[in-house]
Amino acid sequence: MAESSLNVLLKGNTGRNTRGLLRIIILGTIAAAAVSSRLFSVIRFESIIHEFDPWFNFRATKYLVQHGFYSFWDWFDDRTWHPLGRVTGGTLYPGLMVTSGVIYHILRFLTIPVDIRNICVLLAPGFSGLTALAMYFLTCEMSTSPSAGLLAAAFMGIVPGYISRSVAGSYDNEAIAIFLLVFTFFLWIKAVKNGSIMWGALTALFYGYMVSAWGGYVFITNLIPLHVFVLLCMGRYSSRIYISYTTWYALGTLASMQIPFVGFLPIRNSDHMSALGIFGLLQLVAFADFVRGFIPGKHFQRLLTTMIIVVFGVALVGLVVLTVSGVIAPWSGRFYSLWDTGYAKIHIPIIASVSEHQPTAWPAFFFDLNFLIWLFPAGVYMCFRDLKDEHVFVIIYSVLASYFAGVMVRLMLTLTPIVCVAAALALSTILDTYVLATPGPNPKAKVVEDASSEPLRSARKPDVGVTSYLSKMVVTSSVVVYLLLFVAHCTWVTSNAYSSPSVVLASRMPDGSQHIIDDYREAYYWLRQNTPHNAKVMSWWDYGYQIGGMADRPTLVDNNTWNNTHIATVGKAMSSREEVSYPILRQHDVDYVLVVFGGLLGYSGDDINKFLWMVRIAEGIWPDEVKERDFFTARGEYRVDDQATPTMRNSLMYKMSYYNYHTMFQGGQAVDRVRGAKLPAEGPQLSTLEEAFTSENWIIRIYKVKDLDNLNRDHGNAVAFDRGHKRKRATKKKGPRVLRTE
Amino acid sequence: MPSKRNAATSTAGPVPAPSPPTIPSSSASPSNTTITTPSASLSSGPKTLTTNSSVLDIAQTVWQQYLATTPQRTLLLDAFMGFLVLVGGVQFLYCVLAGNYPFNAFLSGFSAAVGQFVLTASLRMQTSSASGSEVASSAGGKTGKGKGAAAAAATSGKETGSGISHERAFADYIFGSLILHFFCINFIN
Repeated sequence: MAESSLNVLLKGNTGRNTRGLLRIIILGTIAAAAVSSRLFSVIRFESIIHEFDPWFNFRATKYLVQHGFYSFWDWFDDRTWHPLGRVTGGTLYPGLMVTSGVIYHILRFLTIPVDIRNICVLLAPGFSGLTALAMYFLTCEMSTSPSAGLLAAAFMGIVPGYISRSVAGSYDNEAIAIFLLVFTFFLWIKAVKNGSIMWGALTALFYGYMVSAWGGYVFITNLIPLHVFVLLCMGRYSSRIYISYTTWYALGTLASMQIPFVGFLPIRNSDHMSALGIFGLLQLVAFADFVRGFIPGKHFQRLLTTMIIVVFGVALVGLVVLTVSGVIAPWSGRFYSLWDTGYAKIHIPIIASVSEHQPTAWPAFFFDLNFLIWLFPAGVYMCFRDLKDEHVFVIIYSVLASYFAGVMVRLMLTLTPIVCVAAALALSTILDTYVLATPGPNPKAKVVEDASSEPLRSARKPDVGVTSYLSKMVVTSSVVVYLLLFVAHCTWVTSNAYSSPSVVLASRMPDGSQHIIDDYREAYYWLRQNTPHNAKVMSWWDYGYQIGGMADRPTLVDNNTWNNTHIATVGKAMSSREEVSYPILRQHDVDYVLVVFGGLLGYSGDDINKFLWMVRIAEGIWPDEVKERDFFTARGEYRVDDQATPTMRNSLMYKMSYYNYHTMFQGGQAVDRVRGAKLPAEGPQLSTLEEAFTSENWIIRIYKVKDLDNLNRDHGNAVAFDRGHKRKRATKKKGPRVLRTE
Repeated sequence: MPSKRNAATSTAGPVPAPSPPTIPSSSASPSNTTITTPSASLSSGPKTLTTNSSVLDIAQTVWQQYLATTPQRTLLLDAFMGFLVLVGGVQFLYCVLAGNYPFNAFLSGFSAAVGQFVLTASLRMQTSSASGSEVASSAGGKTGKGKGAAAAAATSGKETGSGISHERAFADYIFGSLILHFFCINFIN
């Protein structure tokens, strides 16, 4: 916008240079704004890795930096998934770790000794600046207006939907993946426009990088073929499409197969089949197009029909045979859950249990995108107005991404870029129409003078319409107001909603000062200091990565969730009676059990609230031993107070959560603040575990698994013996007495 | 071969054209078959065919046309593509018959063939002034192909990769091939 007003003053060569310079400065400022708005979390808290998955990425990065690339590639991690271990090198997307490892080594080479943790923390903000830049390029391909690209870059820089996954410390795959996504799309558009092998190959390279960085690459794998397919259906086949698509596919598929985790998926998995199908189809279309050059239409049609019948027959038979014989894997569960939102809940509780796989609530759209969400349809409409190949791409992308974003909260992330593009297109059109209409009145006024004999009403219209200063002012000022509101909203959302590390909790004291609740680190540090290096810690899988990263102790299950049975085992141990759980714990060498309990503080993300998922997942494997129904009262309520079902009250999780909790309160006053329930005066008894550690606010409770009893009693008896020492002995003494009196 | 009338009326319109060898067996269509002017062989659209001629006949005509109109350099590319198809086919056959044991090796070999084929096809599209019709109309002689192609590219606009020079196309081709073979070698184990 800024340079367009200067446009009049600076024309010609200098003008172009000035505008170019201005553009660079503006882009630099946008990147700086994007980076700095993500630093709230560092300022509010500290330079710390957030949440769950980032802890694993951080741990893997440290491993990479310490042991070098090759041993990272072959890394077998025996400190997770305890008895099984995990082939970490072959089951992760290495792009993120390798990126930060390379940055680390470059900085070291430049003799800037930076802690690897700081690189990890600041990687996401850094890449968000690049994303804004990539966004500028992408939008510039869509529109001739220079303001659209800058607007899109600015939107992308600060839109909360993207910030949510890229604040400082959120060291997750998405941190670099969104940049790669946008940039790959930019290259793809460029390739389609130019029809050159080079752009296609570059697309493939960045696609390969994307594959190495994020599982969401499947989105690209399906979106680009869909784009090509729609273009074919619109009768827009051209050699440009053939060149760009086939180059991308041939190189991109090979590139994606270099990642061990992806491996042969691109030719085996049904998710990737559409790309292969379009590849084949394009070959046929190209051949048909080639042949068409030689013969007139009629014959060509006949030839084409024959070809189509033969090829589709062969392809169909082949597909059926391959699917039946199991060479092509069926569609993956996550994929099904995209189409049928109820699918995951029924079939794969482990996927449904992740909160970011839940359907999106409507307010979330406005919360994450603010006024972009209502500019979005307008932008899509603008694309329909001049429907070039790249606009078709925007339309397809927006339709698909809107749907997916509605299905899964997490996929809001893929919607965000296209919303920024479309909104920027719409807004720049508005601005160009109103602001740049300055030269408009003059010719029209001349027309008025020339045709003064004409009825003036129609001729004068321009004066009161778009070009009048009043309408200009109203529109521009309202746009400015909206933009300012947007910035305010983004800043507010970023600072309040998305900057919490969730490892460290913040609360407000009554006087308004901030109070940091640091129970997680307290407990993990306790584990690190007070337990042997090889002590196995069992917890629900959410905390596996954190335990591995912060406490450096082996865990049974973690957020990788590659083995459902193993997770179900943990779920069963948590949800069964002690007598059932204890053998499980012994079999898995568990030394400590960690539970998260928010009852004292009112922290709602605790294990009791997640408990039903554990039950469900366990029930999926052992339907006879664990039943979800038993955890609900007769009226179908999930209760923890004295009306809780016996199964619930005897479950290990319940016992561990509320063990000794009543001692915190005056007699019988124990209250669970999360569930607002009054607890029974008599707390649960534990016999096979003993409390080892409870953090300051009781958020984390760690229990030590007792060894086998020295006298070969079972633990229930032993505890009863310890507790009821006297009474039991008294009864024993009574026995002989009775005898003696006889 | 039935329904000759229909065919005669429908194909009578455009330029009369050449290459007799594939006259439908019965030589039934009255107006067209007699005209044979080999000198005009480069104009588009053979008229010797009737709508009811068999698919094989049509294919044969296409083949004749192709041989007649393609410049030699493009023919060379096509031969290379044919060779790649052969290599890929042999590998695939081996995989089907003898098992896919070194699957990595098979995959990289096969996709090297496919990828190279695709790249070559792209190069061919970029250098031979797009599709066959253009070739037929512009490439009268073998010489001066570059200029002719460039001109055709400039005029046709949509069909070609919007004015990519041959040198650029070839550089792109090498770039793509390098990447392709790097990945293949890396993948072959």
